[in-house]
Amino acid sequence: MIEQLAAVDQSFFTDRSSGNCIQDNKLFCPGWVVDNYDRYVDPTLQHLVLVGSAVAGGFLIAFGLAILAHRHRFLQTPFLAGTGILYTIPSISFFFLLLPITGRGSLTAIIALTAFNLQIIFRNITTGLRNVPPNVTEAARGIGLTRSQILWQVEIPLAMPEIIAGLRIATVSTVALATLAVFANGGGLGTEIVTGSNITFKTGIIVAGSIAVIMAIVFDGVLLLVGKLLAPWKRKQAIS
Amino acid sequence: MALPPPPLPAAFLSLFGDAFNFVFSGREAETGGVTVGGTSQVIELATKQIEVTLLALAVAILLAMPVGLWLGHRQQGEFLAVSAGNAGRAIPELALIALMAAAIGVGLVNLVVALAILGIPPILTNTYVGISQVDRASVEAARGMGMSETGIVRKVELPLAVPTIMGGVRTAAINIVATATIAPLAGILTLGDFIIARNVYGDAGVLAGAILVALMALALEGTLATIQWAMTSKGLKLNRS
Repeated sequence: MIEQLAAVDQSFFTDRSSGNCIQDNKLFCPGWVVDNYDRYVDPTLQHLVLVGSAVAGGFLIAFGLAILAHRHRFLQTPFLAGTGILYTIPSISFFFLLLPITGRGSLTAIIALTAFNLQIIFRNITTGLRNVPPNVTEAARGIGLTRSQILWQVEIPLAMPEIIAGLRIATVSTVALATLAVFANGGGLGTEIVTGSNITFKTGIIVAGSIAVIMAIVFDGVLLLVGKLLAPWKRKQAIS
Repeated sequence: MALPPPPLPAAFLSLFGDAFNFVFSGREAETGGVTVGGTSQVIELATKQIEVTLLALAVAILLAMPVGLWLGHRQQGEFLAVSAGNAGRAIPELALIALMAAAIGVGLVNLVVALAILGIPPILTNTYVGISQVDRASVEAARGMGMSETGIVRKVELPLAVPTIMGGVRTAAINIVATATIAPLAGILTLGDFIIARNVYGDAGVLAGAILVALMALALEGTLATIQWAMTSKGLKLNRS
C-alpha cells in the first residue's frame, strides 16, 4: 500500500480539478475535493491501520502490565515510570530512534504510536481496578470465588468504564498523532499534508486534517457506545 | 511492506557513533560544502526549541488558567471546560502547523499561537476539574471564616488543586515540545530541522536530532514534575503516600 503511494505522489502537481485549485491556492477549493476525493481513500485506510494496530497493541500490552501490577503492587511504580518515559518521548523523535532497528515504514510508526499509548491505557486500567469497592471483592471472596474469578468476573467488569475512558483518550490522541507517520514513511493522512517538501496547498491540508478529525470523532462515539453496552449500570445511574 | 534486513550490531553501533560525532564535532552537509551539526548549531537549535516551547506554554497558561479558575470556582461551564479538553486531543498537530504556515504565514508569532492552541485544552480542563473537585466543605469553612472569594481561590482551592492543574500543564508541555519539533515546516528552525531535513544532515543528523528531542522532552517533563512536587503542600503529600 505504501509503495503505491510513492507513485501517487509523483502526480501531485497534475491538477485534475476543473478549476485552478493548486495554482490559485485559495483557503479552500471545493472543486478539488469533487475531482480528487479518490486520492484520500488509500491514506485514510493506511491511517485506520496505523491507529487500529497501535491502539490494539497498546491495549494488549498495557492490559497485561496492569494485571501484573494489580497482582504485585510493587510493580506499579516502575511500570508507571517506564510507560511515562515512552509517553513523554515525542513520537516524531521515537520514529527515528527506531530507524537503526526497524528502518522506515509503517511498522516503525506503529511501534512509536503504541509506545505513546501505553501510559494512558495502563493508568486508566489500574485506576479502574483500584476504585473497585473493597466490600464488593470481599463479598466475592465470601461466596467462594477464586482470585482469577474475582479479577475477571468482578473487578474488570466494574473497572470497564475507566478502561473504556482510557481507550477513548488513547484512540483520539493516536488518530491526531498518526498524521506524523509521514515522516517515518509510514503512510497515513499525513502524506496528503506534507507532500515532498510542499506544505503550502491549503485545500489538501484542510481535507486531510478534517478526515483525521472526523475519524477521531467517529472512533470516540463508537467507543462511547461500546462502553455503554459493557457497563449498562452506568447508564441507569446517569438517568436516575 | 518489505523490511530492510536487520542491521549488523557493528553497523548499528556505528550509526550511533555517527550521531554522537554529529552532535559534538559536526560533519559535512550531504549537499556538500558547509559543515553542519556540532555543538554550536545544536545549542542554537535547542535554545530556539526551548524558547518557542516556553513561550507557547506561557501563552496557553495565561489564557486557559484564569478561565478554568473562574469556571471551577463558580462550578459552572463544566460542559465547555470538559469538551474543550476532548476536542483539543483530536486536533491533528501536523495539519494545524501546516495550515497555520500556509494560510497565515510562517514566523515566530504564528508558530507560538499554533502551539498555544494545542496547550490550552488540557490546561483549561484540568484547572476546571481540579478546582471544582475541591471539597465544598473546605470552601464553605473558608467562606464562614470571612475569607474573600479571591482569597478562597488563592489560599484554599488553588493549593488543593495543584496536582491536577500541574497534570494539565505537563500534558500541554509534552504536546507543545513535541510539536515544536516540526516547527521548521513553519520556518522556525528547531532541533526538528535535523530530523526533517535529512537531505542536508544525513542519517547521522536524523538520529542525533531524534535523541536530542527525546532528551529535551524528558528534561522538560522532569523539571515540571519537580516544580509540581515543590508547589504541592506538605499536607497533600502526606495524604498521597
